[in-house]
Amino acid sequence: MSKGLSSSSVGRKVLMAVSGFFLMFFLMQHFVINLFSVISADLFNEVSHFMGTNGLVQFVLQPVLLVGVLFHLGMGIYLDVKNKAARPVKYAMDKPSENSNWMSRNMIITGIMVMLFLGLHFYDFWLPEIKDKFIDGKWDEPTKYFTHLQHKFQDLARIVIYCISFVFLSLHLLHGFQSAFQSAGFNHNKYTPTIRKLGNLYAIIIPAGFVFIALFHYFKQL
Amino acid sequence: MDLTLKVWRQKNREDKGGLETYKVTGILGHYSFLEMLDVMNEQLITQGKDPVAFDHDCREGICGTCSLYINGEAHGPDRKVTTCQLHMRMFNDGETIYIEPWRSAAMPVIKDLIVDRSSFDRIQQSGGFVSVNTSGNTQDANALPIPKMNADKAFDVAACIGCGACVATCKNSSAMLFVAAKVSQYAYLPQGQVERKQRVLNMVEQMDKEGFGNCTNTGACEIECPKGISIEYIAKMNREYLSASISSEE
Repeated sequence: MSKGLSSSSVGRKVLMAVSGFFLMFFLMQHFVINLFSVISADLFNEVSHFMGTNGLVQFVLQPVLLVGVLFHLGMGIYLDVKNKAARPVKYAMDKPSENSNWMSRNMIITGIMVMLFLGLHFYDFWLPEIKDKFIDGKWDEPTKYFTHLQHKFQDLARIVIYCISFVFLSLHLLHGFQSAFQSAGFNHNKYTPTIRKLGNLYAIIIPAGFVFIALFHYFKQL
Repeated sequence: MDLTLKVWRQKNREDKGGLETYKVTGILGHYSFLEMLDVMNEQLITQGKDPVAFDHDCREGICGTCSLYINGEAHGPDRKVTTCQLHMRMFNDGETIYIEPWRSAAMPVIKDLIVDRSSFDRIQQSGGFVSVNTSGNTQDANALPIPKMNADKAFDVAACIGCGACVATCKNSSAMLFVAAKVSQYAYLPQGQVERKQRVLNMVEQMDKEGFGNCTNTGACEIECPKGISIEYIAKMNREYLSASISSEE
């Protein structure tokens, strides 16, 4: 390879797609584990404890995930700044809705909203977990996860923020899923229509599922 | 019909420019948009004003010279047409029409509605060709067997007239549909194989140097392209680029 992929517009696009695929895969496994909390507290605790103490997950996948999130955010902002600079004088009259949908034009807005939510999510769940394990040295607490989740989902304001954030996530995915395939060079007459349908399903079912889980725990504790 | 036109006027590259309002009268529905501009200029000259500069050449939709962002859309509200093929029957009597030049850092305004599209020329010069020995022994192109599907696809993308509507309409001012068309038209043909890898690497590099934005797959370009070139060819260019990046020896 003559130059790094990140040095060209097409390469950066592919890297955005690859990090997007990775994050979508992660989101799906996160959703499945969260769904266990609806089925059984013990099952949720068991799986969460495994994820929270497994060496491969903690010391390999977790750092990769963090890098993936930061890369997707950083590259997204960098590309948006470059794209805005590519049109220094705006049109006095512009009708973008005639040829493209809102989601595709506002990925930076929906993306930043999701990242702001991630800040709250990290504060709620990830930072306490890091503190427990890496500062306080408490690695063996196999039953704390469900209790912690219930505690956080008692707060109505938090539930509202979570639900709104998942609407932004859904809007982001409605374009992002199929766009990642296009960026990676996968556009085929036979398969692309199915990919678009799968993308729409993924973008609605996964965020709606997260909203359901949050509401389930909130109303259960009323 | 009588129209109110909000037209971009700009003396030169350095001038800041701005919209001027002109009334134009006696426009018929079968006039093309450029004929309407001719009438406007005649009326401006009669009033002692400077006519508006705009690009045009063949006036039959095949040269790609006419541009114009009309009422918020590249080549106006009609689909798969250039501005010269846009007819005034698409507009209503008394309507206000905004007429602006393409907007892109890589296509600066030269005067009024004319932009400098030489960035496209430089991209084309960086690899959008097939080197042929012109010693006189050139093989008949028809002697090379080409699958019908490949010939059709190459022809579809070769229809690109380089008008710049894709850049103008893209919210990021990306030129990827143009470059994808030029890369793909040779990638589908046996004549294009020798320079295939270097072509895509050079053309993408030149595109980036010119200051075009990055494609975010909104799909606006394929809607506004007067030749209906699909973004499936942008995906093809991405594949070509990835493959060339990985396997190129340079």
